[in-house]
Amino acid sequence: MVNELVDFTLVSVALLGIGIYGLAVKRNFIRMLFAIEIIINAANLNLVAFGRFIPESGGQTLALFSIAIAAAEVAVGLSLIIVAYRMYQNVDVADFRSLRG
Amino acid sequence: MADPVFVALAVVTIGSAIAALELRSLVYGSIALMGTLGGIAGLFLLLDATFVALFQLAVYVGSIAVLILFTVMLVKRELIFKKIEDNRRKFAGVGLMLVTMVALGAIFIDSGIKDITTDEPQVDFREIGSDFVTYYWPALILMGLILAGSVTGALVLARREDIEENGQRTS
Repeated sequence: MVNELVDFTLVSVALLGIGIYGLAVKRNFIRMLFAIEIIINAANLNLVAFGRFIPESGGQTLALFSIAIAAAEVAVGLSLIIVAYRMYQNVDVADFRSLRG
Repeated sequence: MADPVFVALAVVTIGSAIAALELRSLVYGSIALMGTLGGIAGLFLLLDATFVALFQLAVYVGSIAVLILFTVMLVKRELIFKKIEDNRRKFAGVGLMLVTMVALGAIFIDSGIKDITTDEPQVDFREIGSDFVTYYWPALILMGLILAGSVTGALVLARREDIEENGQRTS
């Protein structure tokens, strides 16, 4: 194994930072979903990297569960986008008025 | 030290993650997101996790990215090219990103994991398979039920007939 564990964790940290930036700045619902995907992938990368260096098969098993649950989450998120778009004809989260108290 | 393949994959992954959020067109953004997900699959291959890498390619690049692409195509043309973001929050967002990266990166570089390398053989994927059907079988069944339930729920939500424009319910 040529690479060290810390290389993979640094890539994961960079992806987490980009995802947090996207969630904080963007108001487009679809872009926010992109940012969530990037954060989930950073977490999966960490799981597999630590599982490789211990070594232990649990890391990969957990990453597989995580990928499957993320697929379910994206399906629900995209259907919410479609419903909100049909209601407001927009994808700006500031326009989704009925979610305000 | 890291090898060139790793460096190239890391650059592709991080670069296309930035492109996915910053490109003006949402269609190009979702294609760049495909690049990020594919780069992560390549990093999984470098970590000798072939099974997870193929799973990532099949689920993320093959289905989720295509699903996102089709949803983007349902949106009006001028919304695809319009950049919707909070300008007041822009500096705060960049600051938050830098603080996260620098703080967590410094912690990782300073910590004991810096020197961890391994010469041990990779985990056999047959072990993962047998884990799934022995120790983790309740979680596997629960995961199947959650997937079925969420996909059914997504279909029901997207096909609702009682929603009209401007948020008025008709029935």
